[in-house]
Amino acid sequence: MNLLSELLDFWRLQADKLAAQTLQHIGLTAAAVLLAVALGVPLGLWLTRRPRWAPLVLGVAGALQTVPSIALLGFLIPWLGIGAAPAIVALLLYSLLPIMRNTVAGIRGVSPAVVEAARGLGLTDGQVLRRVELPLALPVLMAGIRTAAVIGVGVATLAAYVAAGGLGEFIFGGIALNNPVMILAGALPAAALALAFDGALAAVQRLSLRRLPRVGATLLGLLPLLGALYLLPGAAGRLRAGFSPEFVGRADGLPGLQRAYGLRRLPSVVLAPALVYEAARAADVDVIDGYSTDGRIRAYGLLVLRDDRRVFPPYYAAPVLRPALLRAHPELLPVLSQLSGQLSDSAMTELNYRVDYRHEEPRAVAEAWLRRRGLWRAPRPGVPGAATVRLGSKIFGEQYILAEMYAALIRGHTDLQVQTKTGLGGTTICFEALRSGAIDMYPEYTGTGLQVLLQPPPAVLDSLGGRPAAVFEYVQREFRRRYGLQWLPPLGFNNTYALLMRRRQARQLGISSLSELGAYLGR
Amino acid sequence: MPDTSTPPVIRVRGLTKRFGPRRVVDDVSFELAAGETLVLLGPSGCGKTTLLKMLNRLVEPDAGTVEINGQDVRRQRPEQLRRGMGYVIQQVGLLPHYSVADNVAVVPRLLGHAPAAIEARTRELLTRLHLPPAEYAGRFPHELSGGQQQRVGLARALAADPPIILLDEPFGALDPVVRAGIRRDFRELPELRGKTAVLVTHDVAEAFELADRILLLDAGRVQQLGRPRELLLRPANDFVRRFFAAERLALQLRTFTLAEVQPYLPAAPALPALHQLPAHTSVQAALEQLTAADPGGAAVGPLMHAFHHALQAASA
Repeated sequence: MNLLSELLDFWRLQADKLAAQTLQHIGLTAAAVLLAVALGVPLGLWLTRRPRWAPLVLGVAGALQTVPSIALLGFLIPWLGIGAAPAIVALLLYSLLPIMRNTVAGIRGVSPAVVEAARGLGLTDGQVLRRVELPLALPVLMAGIRTAAVIGVGVATLAAYVAAGGLGEFIFGGIALNNPVMILAGALPAAALALAFDGALAAVQRLSLRRLPRVGATLLGLLPLLGALYLLPGAAGRLRAGFSPEFVGRADGLPGLQRAYGLRRLPSVVLAPALVYEAARAADVDVIDGYSTDGRIRAYGLLVLRDDRRVFPPYYAAPVLRPALLRAHPELLPVLSQLSGQLSDSAMTELNYRVDYRHEEPRAVAEAWLRRRGLWRAPRPGVPGAATVRLGSKIFGEQYILAEMYAALIRGHTDLQVQTKTGLGGTTICFEALRSGAIDMYPEYTGTGLQVLLQPPPAVLDSLGGRPAAVFEYVQREFRRRYGLQWLPPLGFNNTYALLMRRRQARQLGISSLSELGAYLGR
Repeated sequence: MPDTSTPPVIRVRGLTKRFGPRRVVDDVSFELAAGETLVLLGPSGCGKTTLLKMLNRLVEPDAGTVEINGQDVRRQRPEQLRRGMGYVIQQVGLLPHYSVADNVAVVPRLLGHAPAAIEARTRELLTRLHLPPAEYAGRFPHELSGGQQQRVGLARALAADPPIILLDEPFGALDPVVRAGIRRDFRELPELRGKTAVLVTHDVAEAFELADRILLLDAGRVQQLGRPRELLLRPANDFVRRFFAAERLALQLRTFTLAEVQPYLPAAPALPALHQLPAHTSVQAALEQLTAADPGGAAVGPLMHAFHHALQAASA
């Protein structure tokens, strides 16, 4: 019941968004189904005249159906950019198979005797098609359109990943924020829409054969009107932003930013996290959210706008370890501390770029960096009976690099053996592995320790005020007190949220910090 | 009866059709005069349906020509050609989404006839074919029995009053009782008078009942072309003889009329019952009526005797 009242509150507060997203959703689906009918029915008819092609064409359409929709969108972005075009094309491709296959099945289902009699009476091929085959195939054809429409409503939620709007914006925002109310706020209307489409088309199907052609024509006339719903007036502004769903929803994301910097008049679209960088590179959008040490910043010529009012919480990387490790091997502390404060944001971005975009081995990248800094030593020969240090890492490039750095240091400067357990999934998996003693240490971020693991009350968060040193001290103290785990001093870089712009555009506009962006937009 | 004084309505020369390596129709030629009914007869797969479909270009021949009223059919658009020829098939093929009246009106509408004329013509044909329009005009094909559907099929083929009508086993799918009834109606239909008809069947009795001439086919080749009695009494080859063997007597009884056996009958007063029947009554019909009136009647023996003599004379 609580959930229900929260849901109703959410809808009331976001009524205008809900209405806009629902209309966009209907528009997207209708436009795609219309195009699929316009393309699939003639194609299906052609296949009935050229049966030899049917297995090939239907096979290709069937194969398209098996491509995961998010992957299909990914393929379309390089050609079509972001926005309605890739969404509609993806929906169209999914709708094509049922419509084409049912057209073929419908025409093939017409009794050959009826067609022969019609031809024998002197109907032309076109008349046989229009007056005999199509009307008789219509029930089966309508069933195909019905299937396509229901699939379409479902797939259209993914449009939110490519800035095409629709009810997926709530759903993916809710998933990113682990907010069930927000998920339901989008999922329930989407399900209702699917049922409504299905029910309306089912009603059409039940009509008598005689009225079906007229109703079918009406329906085909109605679809463009529904499709036009999508063309809502979009807000105009000097710059356009593309944000991931999580960033739009969380308090220290866009809402906090708008409060602190007054980023009004920045019309934004919602995009899949994986696509925001692409969208910025392709100049589909001008401002995006991202992480300050992401390799793509370098690869795509982007600029991190300085967070001069410290809205984004600090996410400084530092090793977290079991105190027992240092007690047993005191010689480790100076070895591990060699990295403290050594890695700047730009240095880490560079290393990430090599691993994520040049596909170099994390181990090679880590060792090359250690060599440049004079920290590298060849691994010592194995000592029989030496203890083993187990290093963990989460499952992304930056963590792999850091784990390899520590591994190389330990092998080169101590007699200890090293076992790396990389790819331990997300934060909680790494953290639990460390607590249970499955690993001895892993690199963590101060912000993550604070927000995800400790989750202090708001009053504490306010008192910390986003100051890096204060956050580190709090996290270090609380981890020791609550979990008996130890943080070593940070490595130097801050992998936090950031707003990014194309470097060239930012320079032209004279923007390098968020204050300057706010000033530019407010001008 | 064929009228040899006018040029043929249908002239077929050297018609050949191959499906793959097989010649389904092999060098078939015939001519058909106005008003004549030709039955294409033969066992299943002998090529009779393919031959029929080459007349209205539903199948295009590999060799040979078809002329309708002296004009090569390949010079006409197939649709125009077909609108001038009624077409009836075994599966009927009524348009399931059209009412009975709309089905009958298909060809007149294609030809642009006036709506009032179409309406009148439809009512007239349905009435003739024992489907009262008040009851049947608005029905849909699935609401009709098989026999009723085929009656609508006949009405549809005749609606635009085409001079030629093609029928492909039109009664083949009907049960014997319905079949006999619809065949009688068909034979007696005034609309069919004067029409040139080509009918495909594998039913020998049907062929003899409806044909002016029979074209007997086997494996795509013409075995014999002639009046029914010629095929029966003077078979051209063994195939023809064997084809009719099973039903020979029944066919002969049906072929001969009282007029023909008259010379061999005893004097009139001896058999009053026989002499009351019209002269064109078939021997078979006469036998049926005589035995119905008086089983084991005195007239049966002499009639069979006379029939035997007439048969010998005709076969000589």
